[in-house]
Amino acid sequence: DIISTVEFNHTGELLATGDKGGRVVIFQREPESKNAPHSQGEYDVYSTFQSHEPEFDYLKSLEIEEKINKIKWLPQHNAAHSLLSTNDKTIKLWKITERDKRPEGYNLKDEEGKLKDLSTVTSLQVPVLKPMDLMVEVSPRRVFANGHTYHINSISVNSDCETYMSADDLRINLWHLAVTDRSFNIVDIKPANMEDLTEVITASEFHPHHCNLFVYSSSKGSLRLCDMRAAALCDKHSKLFEEPEDPSNRSFFSEIISSVSDVKFSHSGRYMLTRDYLTVKVWDLNMEARPIETYQVHDYLRSKLCSLYENDCIFDKFECAWNGSDSVIMTGAYNNFFRMFDRNTKRDVTLEASRESSKPRAVLKPRRVCVGGKRRRDDISVDSLDFTKKILHTAWHPAENIIAVAATNNLYIFQDKVNSEMH
Amino acid sequence: MFARGLKRKSAEEPEDVEGCPAGARAAPSYSLQRQSLLDMSLVKLQLCHMLVEPNLCRSVLIANTVRQIQEEMTRDGTWRVLAPQAAGRAPLDRLVSTDILCRSVREQEGECPAPDMGDGQPDLVPGPAVAPAAQALRSPQSSLWEGDGSRESRGGFQKSLDQIFETLESQASGSVEELFADVDSSYYDLDAVLTGMVGSTSSGPGSGLQAFASATTSPPSSSCRSDLGELDHAVEILVET
Repeated sequence: DIISTVEFNHTGELLATGDKGGRVVIFQREPESKNAPHSQGEYDVYSTFQSHEPEFDYLKSLEIEEKINKIKWLPQHNAAHSLLSTNDKTIKLWKITERDKRPEGYNLKDEEGKLKDLSTVTSLQVPVLKPMDLMVEVSPRRVFANGHTYHINSISVNSDCETYMSADDLRINLWHLAVTDRSFNIVDIKPANMEDLTEVITASEFHPHHCNLFVYSSSKGSLRLCDMRAAALCDKHSKLFEEPEDPSNRSFFSEIISSVSDVKFSHSGRYMLTRDYLTVKVWDLNMEARPIETYQVHDYLRSKLCSLYENDCIFDKFECAWNGSDSVIMTGAYNNFFRMFDRNTKRDVTLEASRESSKPRAVLKPRRVCVGGKRRRDDISVDSLDFTKKILHTAWHPAENIIAVAATNNLYIFQDKVNSEMH
Repeated sequence: MFARGLKRKSAEEPEDVEGCPAGARAAPSYSLQRQSLLDMSLVKLQLCHMLVEPNLCRSVLIANTVRQIQEEMTRDGTWRVLAPQAAGRAPLDRLVSTDILCRSVREQEGECPAPDMGDGQPDLVPGPAVAPAAQALRSPQSSLWEGDGSRESRGGFQKSLDQIFETLESQASGSVEELFADVDSSYYDLDAVLTGMVGSTSSGPGSGLQAFASATTSPPSSSCRSDLGELDHAVEILVET
C-alpha cells in the first residue's frame, strides 16, 4: 500500500511507517554481528499492525479515511516502546512490548492450558520462566477522538513528555497523554464567516527543548512561533516569520507555491526548516524578516506551474528532514528523486530511489535534470520526469547517516557506510 | 490575430502583468489564457468527492487564485456583466450536477442568506462558459468549507444519502469527463505566459507535456471508478450490513 509517513524513533533503532490502508509497519535495526559483517545494522520487519480502520461519519455522511497521516514516537521510559499514530480525525497511542519468556509448570493447568485433573496433582511446583520465540505485542493504550472538525495534518510530542499537540487545517489542540476525553484548544484561525477563509494551518511542531514554544506554518507561506505562557489561546504569535514576495517572480501561482508543506525544528532548536513547492528554507529563530538559507529543489518546474496546477501536482506536500548534526537537509521531489543539501559546503546532490538504480549495497549514482544547454549522457530532461513518482516522505536517523525514503509503496533505506558518523 | 470570441475593449498594454514585456503579442492570448485558468479553477472547486471531505487547503488555495484573477480582471475592466439567461445551454448542463449539490446544501442551511446575489454588485460574470459556475462561486466555497457546520445542523441521514446518490448518478454518467473534454492544448501555453516566463523556450505542444495531458484525464476516470465503490458502500450502509 502507499506509504504515507515515515519516522525513526529517538535512538534510530526503530523505524515506523504508516500507509494509506491504516497499517503501521515497524522495522528494527539488527545489531551488528561479526558473523555477517555485510548485514550489519540492516532493518528488518519488527511488527505490523492495523492502526486505523475506515470509518463513516453518519452525521456528515462522509467517509473518514484510515490513511495514517503522521506517526510520532514517544521517548522511551522502560522496556516498552510507544508511538502516536493519527489519521484525519483520531489519534491513537500504541504500546509495543516484547515477550521472549513464558512461564511453564503451572499447578492447575497443563501445557496446553487445560485444567488438570486435581487428583493427579501430588506436589506443588513453582512455575519457571522459560525462553520462547520473540513475540512483539502491540496494544492500543489511548484513543484521542473527537478533537478535530477538520483534517489532522500534524502531531508533535512536547519535550515535557507529558503533552502533545495535534493540528488540523484551522485549529491546534493540546492533549495530555493520559487524558483522552479532554483537549485544550491553543490556536484557532477559523474566521467567523467561513467565506472569509483565505489561510489554513499546514504543519505544526513543538520546539525540541522549550516546552512552551511551538511553531505552525500556513498556506500563505508564513510561520508563527507561539509561546504558551503568553495566553491560553495562542492566536497572537510571538514571532512571525515571513519572506517578502519577490516581485519579479510574481504569478497567479505565487501564493500556492509559497504554501509551506512541512516545518521542522533543527535538533539544536536554533533553526527551522521549511519546505514549499520549489524550495527548502532554513530560518533562524532570531530573525523573522527572511530565511537565512534558501535551496532550490527543482526550480526547472517554475515554468511548468500551470500544467502542474492542472494536474494537481502543485498541491503535493513534500516533507523535509535534518540530519542529526543539522549540517545536511533532505527533501523529496518527482521521478523518485530526492535531494540533499550540505549547509556547510553548499554542495547538493540528487539521488534516485528506484529498484533499477539501487541494487543492494551498490553506491547510489547522483542524478541530474537537464534544463537545456549541454546535456550529459545520463541526464533526465524535465519533460520526461514522471510526476506520478513523488517522494513526499523522508526521514533521517537521529545520529547516523541512514535515511529512509518512501517512494509510493516502496520503502528504501540508504546507509552511508563510509561516513557513518555525522560531520 | 486576436483569439476568437474575445472582444477587446481597447488596445490595452498590460502594464507589468506577469512579467510580460509590455506590448508583447502575447497580450490578447494572455486574456484568453487567464480566462482558461479561471475556468479550470472553478471546475476544480466544484469537483468534490462527496463521500470524502474535500481537502480544505487545496480548496482555499484554488479559491484564492480565483479571487486574484477576478481582481485583476476587474482592474483590467474585462470582467463583463452577463445575464444568466444568456449563458450557453451546454455548459449549464455540464455544471448542473454540482450546482444542484450546492443548491441543496444552501436550501438546508435555512437562515444562511443566499450568497452575494443582492450585494449591490451586479451579477458580474466573466464569460459564458462559467455563468452558472460564477453564480455558484460563493456557494461551492461555503458549501465546501461550511460542510462541517451546515451538515452538523442538518442531521438527516436520509437527506444526505439523497445528495450522495445525486452526485454519484451525475458523476457516473460521465459528466466529469465532459467537464474536461474542453481542455485543449492551449492550456499548456499558459505555462509560458502566466508563470511570467515568456522568453522561455517553447517546448511546443510536444512530447513531455503530453504527460500532463494524460495526468489530467486520469483523475476524472479514477473518480468515476471510485464512485461505483462509493455507491456500493452507501448501499451497504442502507441495508445495514
